[in-house]
Amino acid sequence: MYNFEFVKPATVDEAIAALREEDAQALGGGQTLLPTMKQRLAMPSKLVSLGGIADLVGVSSDGATLTLGGATPHAVVASNAGAYPALAALAGGIGDPAVRNRGTVGGSLANNDPAACYPSAALASGATIVTNAREIAADDYFQGLFSTALDEGEIITAVRFPIPQRANYQKFEQPASRFALVGVFVAQYADGVRVAVTGAGNDGVFRWSEAEAALSGSFTPDAVDGLSLSGDDMIGDLHGTGAYRAHLVKVMTKRAVAACN
Amino acid sequence: MTKITMTVNGKTRSGDAEGRTLLVQFLRDTLGLTGTHVGCDTSQCGACVVHVNGKAVKSCTMLAAEADGADVSTIEGQAAPDGTLNAIQQAFQDHHGLQCGFCTPGMVMSAAALLKDNPKPTETEIRHYLEGNICRCTGYHNIVKAIMAASGQDVGAIAAE
Repeated sequence: MYNFEFVKPATVDEAIAALREEDAQALGGGQTLLPTMKQRLAMPSKLVSLGGIADLVGVSSDGATLTLGGATPHAVVASNAGAYPALAALAGGIGDPAVRNRGTVGGSLANNDPAACYPSAALASGATIVTNAREIAADDYFQGLFSTALDEGEIITAVRFPIPQRANYQKFEQPASRFALVGVFVAQYADGVRVAVTGAGNDGVFRWSEAEAALSGSFTPDAVDGLSLSGDDMIGDLHGTGAYRAHLVKVMTKRAVAACN
Repeated sequence: MTKITMTVNGKTRSGDAEGRTLLVQFLRDTLGLTGTHVGCDTSQCGACVVHVNGKAVKSCTMLAAEADGADVSTIEGQAAPDGTLNAIQQAFQDHHGLQCGFCTPGMVMSAAALLKDNPKPTETEIRHYLEGNICRCTGYHNIVKAIMAASGQDVGAIAAE
């Protein structure tokens, strides 16, 4: 990879100051960014590690909301987010154990890979993405492939997940990369059901509103039987056609609802 | 170049690193600890697994500078100073848990991380934990047996599938 200056600030304020430099880039766990830089697809002049900021790591719950520090590794979420079991399970299924020890929730959400797991949890939970500057609702945050509402130099300091009554995440894994070929996160709240799909949509993670309406009426796998998605709106690649993914979305949704019941 | 210092297998080690120097490069090229292997260099294969502050990581996908000040364990630190293999290494030998041996450093370090958190894993748990370690001799079966044996469990029940 191209060389760069490496800095590891101890506070959010120092990190923000360091990120003001042109072509500076925040570094979470590096499990996506470093491979990208090795391929010379990114060439930041400066990497600002968020790994030295103790305030950004942690899992806490007040019973109604689970809050993750932005730099909390997946493995820490998997073992400490017992207040939101479906989220802990999702974190424990990302990549492999070594990747989970480095990769972070903030890094995943900032990157917004269309096949990443965390965006589906954030969107299905109606999570709030907290940055150094503001709070962003998940519904406003995801803006297409690898695209988010974050501004240059803005970093995710925490993510707040309202804890649902019941929830489940089903991932149909692409076995080589362990990313989601299709992943569906279903969460039932007092005011309705939210369904978010990753790995499938041409524009990245999305809410399947027809399934949400059906499941809010009857929270059973059969409730989505009459629904279908168009393969034209789905990613088609060597791992699966758009039509195949559209089919899988429904199958994974039914499995997620079944697992909740 | 920046000077970085870390504890490696219990000893304080220092060396110069660029921003882009990977932890595995620092261990192999700067410190001469070539037991940690680079297989894929894309964080798929796990040949480069070491422990940083007690956690298994892929050292090809971590910057050396990120490990400045950290406590690092590599395959070289597993055997006793007199060369006596530890329980995991001995079990790999006893159960033929390697053919070419290229993946073995990462396999042993991943196994050590697993057994630290889960001293008596089931066969399923072992196979699941090793998802990030690839053996191209397809020796998984005996690797799983070795880890079962290293955890003091009966390996007789594991049959070839």
